[in-house]
Amino acid sequence: MNARIDLSLSRREFLKASGAIIVSAAGPAFVGETLAQTAGGKPPLVPTELDSWVAILPDGRVTAFFGKMDMGQSLDIAIAQIVADELDVDVAKVDVVMGDTALTCNQGGASGSTGIQTGARPLRSAAAEARRLLLQSASQKLGLPVEQLRVDDGVVSAVSDPAKKTSYAELIGGRHFHHQVEWNKQIGNPMDIKVQAKPKSPSEYRVVGKSLPRRDVAGKVYRTDKYVTDISLPKMLHARVVRCSRAACTVGAVDERSIRAVKGARVVREKDFVAVVADHEWDAVRASRMLKISWVESKKEPFPPMAGLYDHIRNAPVVKREDSVKKGDVDGAFKTAAKVVEAEYEWPFQSHASMGPACAVADVRADGVTVWTGSQKPHFVQTGVARLLDVPPEKVRAIWVAGPGSYGRNDAGDAALDAALLSKLTGRPVRVQGMRSDGIAWDPKGPASVHRGRAALDASGKVIGYEFISKGFSRRNIDTNESDPRDSLAGMSIGLPPKPSIDFGVPAESYGFDNKLLAWEVIPPLLEASSPLRSSHLRDPVGPQIHFGSEQFIDELAVAAGEDPVAFRLKYVSARDADVIKAAAQKAGWQPRTAPRTARSGDVLPGRGIAYAQRNGTIVAVVAEIEVERKTGRIWGRKFTVAHDCGLIINPEGIRYTIEGNVVQGLSRTLFEEVRFDREKVTSVDWLSYPILEIRDAPEAIEVVLINRPEVAPSGAGEPSIRVIPAAVANAFFDATGVRLRRAPLTPERVKAALARA
Amino acid sequence: MASIKFAVDGRSVTVSADPNMPLLYALRNDLKMSNPHFGCGLAQCGACTVHLDGEPVRSCVMPLSAVAGKKVTTLQGLGTPEKPHPLQAAYVEEQVPQCGYCINGWIMTAAAFLKKKPKATDAEIRDALAGLKCRCATHAAIMRAIKRAQTQMA
Repeated sequence: MNARIDLSLSRREFLKASGAIIVSAAGPAFVGETLAQTAGGKPPLVPTELDSWVAILPDGRVTAFFGKMDMGQSLDIAIAQIVADELDVDVAKVDVVMGDTALTCNQGGASGSTGIQTGARPLRSAAAEARRLLLQSASQKLGLPVEQLRVDDGVVSAVSDPAKKTSYAELIGGRHFHHQVEWNKQIGNPMDIKVQAKPKSPSEYRVVGKSLPRRDVAGKVYRTDKYVTDISLPKMLHARVVRCSRAACTVGAVDERSIRAVKGARVVREKDFVAVVADHEWDAVRASRMLKISWVESKKEPFPPMAGLYDHIRNAPVVKREDSVKKGDVDGAFKTAAKVVEAEYEWPFQSHASMGPACAVADVRADGVTVWTGSQKPHFVQTGVARLLDVPPEKVRAIWVAGPGSYGRNDAGDAALDAALLSKLTGRPVRVQGMRSDGIAWDPKGPASVHRGRAALDASGKVIGYEFISKGFSRRNIDTNESDPRDSLAGMSIGLPPKPSIDFGVPAESYGFDNKLLAWEVIPPLLEASSPLRSSHLRDPVGPQIHFGSEQFIDELAVAAGEDPVAFRLKYVSARDADVIKAAAQKAGWQPRTAPRTARSGDVLPGRGIAYAQRNGTIVAVVAEIEVERKTGRIWGRKFTVAHDCGLIINPEGIRYTIEGNVVQGLSRTLFEEVRFDREKVTSVDWLSYPILEIRDAPEAIEVVLINRPEVAPSGAGEPSIRVIPAAVANAFFDATGVRLRRAPLTPERVKAALARA
Repeated sequence: MASIKFAVDGRSVTVSADPNMPLLYALRNDLKMSNPHFGCGLAQCGACTVHLDGEPVRSCVMPLSAVAGKKVTTLQGLGTPEKPHPLQAAYVEEQVPQCGYCINGWIMTAAAFLKKKPKATDAEIRDALAGLKCRCATHAAIMRAIKRAQTQMA
């Protein structure tokens, strides 16, 4: 089967025009090498070249080269809108190329909801600079000063005489700018450039702020676009990595005869990394099930009993503590308190559980390596593969192709390195995909944690002392990207030592308590290496767990102070945050109450709760309206009202859809999701043992209030709204029942037990 | 090995393979029809859903031997950009998919259900779609698209 990746026509044309590169399985072509042979061709792909960011094609279409990825949350069109406005071209003429290390600079991939916040900055500047240069060029050509020129959809004309005109296509179409810009020397999210041109002010935007439709939707609906799972190369082998269901096992003997019945299948092994490969995918699957391996088990059971997870966290030694916010004299405040409120909240390990197990295709050749990956950070795949194979990074090209969902450092990073190692070991192109258990039992996990809140109130109910301390596993036991093979299962399986990083976080809010301490403590991982419970970034890393605790705790303080939860928050937060809380409360028709409902007749108890938080500049508040079924213990998150302020809005509908996904994914994590394990292994291996929300439990309505602040630079929208969902639901549960649920997920069993105790 | 004949999207095909091999692998690997996805291999998510003689089935657990002589329809056979099924048109209109990997399950299941019960209530729709997964959690948009398609199909 031909392995060409379908490129959009315009991109193909661009590439053809630039003579730069041909995407083909016939052999990787590298931009640098190819261009070195073409004098006057495209300059090298470095952030200091304007051509690395933007190109004008012969027909006047524009290509923007974006070093991040759109995972289906409207980034593609949003970047096109920004570039179109800066360049004064029709947005329909702007194509965005993403996620290919041969075509885009390393802007960090999808990361931290920064697609617009930091990712759009260099694109905006580059487009503005391109316009400035084109106007200069037009000025020379038309013999008129720049001030007397205007641009309409890529046509530059004299203000006084529209007949005097030229176009971007005529001025540079198909050729390169060869223009230097100033790079801030940063790699990843903070990468930025400085240019001479002054980007437009928000009042001059024409398409920024409009709800233009996404461009990836039809290709997904009619399945005309390829996923990484669809990449197929000539002579490609299919592979399945074979992992022991028990954690902390090494490989003893491998009985290669056990797969003799599968013609053409064979074992590939390096140290504790074992896989089977075959020409046909089904043969690889069958052989992986038949292969007999004598696993060598560790003497010690790797995990504590699951029922004792939170005691384990409470009692574990602290490897690092950080007092992130420290203000006033907290201990002193407690000494004068009229009332002290204390509570603890618990959050389990959670899995990315992407829609399909990760897949990658690698072609390792003597002259270069190509990896097709669903990882949201292909530039770091490039680095990780280079290190794993010990080849220079410029010899590795990583190409992102949409995968089965991506919400952080999921199993895609591991699959990319698995594929590269297998292609090296077999000398053939290799496609590897996991089975379901690889995507749930073996993906990096969102960390489990315990959160302790303690507050001192004076006689009037004013909070005079406040502390909130989170203790849990590191959010980066495995780093947030796969640029170091020590952070991958393949790397650890071939004996590379693990490289744990230690990090957690604190609540993000503006509560102006006089004496305040926000801190975190990280404990050692349960297993040093190759752990199925190794922790890393899962959508809004540590946000849902921290705010599940902190925003419930604020509600508990409101009750202790005898105040309505909305009014109580408004007393302490900043003005901008207050606007967001008020917007959510108003839209939801919030009725103030200083205590939970007392009228509780019938089997279905309604309740409503609020939660609010910040996230890297974005502010979000949500009102959850739920129903508690007393007999079954089921909670239905019936309606959510979200108010969202992320500064300047680029594409309102895109944000709305993204928020809806956050709300429902957050509801799933609040009500259903908990990675289960026993002393030996993770026992969540499929959708039965790791249930997520289904449509029966989806909300009946999600209302979104978008607060646009054109004067404020845009911040992120990809994650902030997920962090407020758990506490809003738990606060609504308290409103409905008068009972607190301080352990997630809020399962029917826990609901029934809590109601029985009440 | 067995030689098994059936029809896919109106085309007659013959696949020579292990008769126990799930249909999904025949579609994806032997017939190069990549639109049904491998999601779980356990009939727990729906990403591999196709119609078998008009009924939605999970091709990841359907042995190839069971499709001999039958008609398989995939998402690409259901409709095309030029001639979309109302659900596909509604999915585009409502901008439903994020990663989009789950889409075969929802559209193929809903298409078969709405054919039988075009005026289904919200609750009936939710029941009919039980078991399907969408990890990007686009359920609100899915419901909007189905209701939009209902108005087209009525």
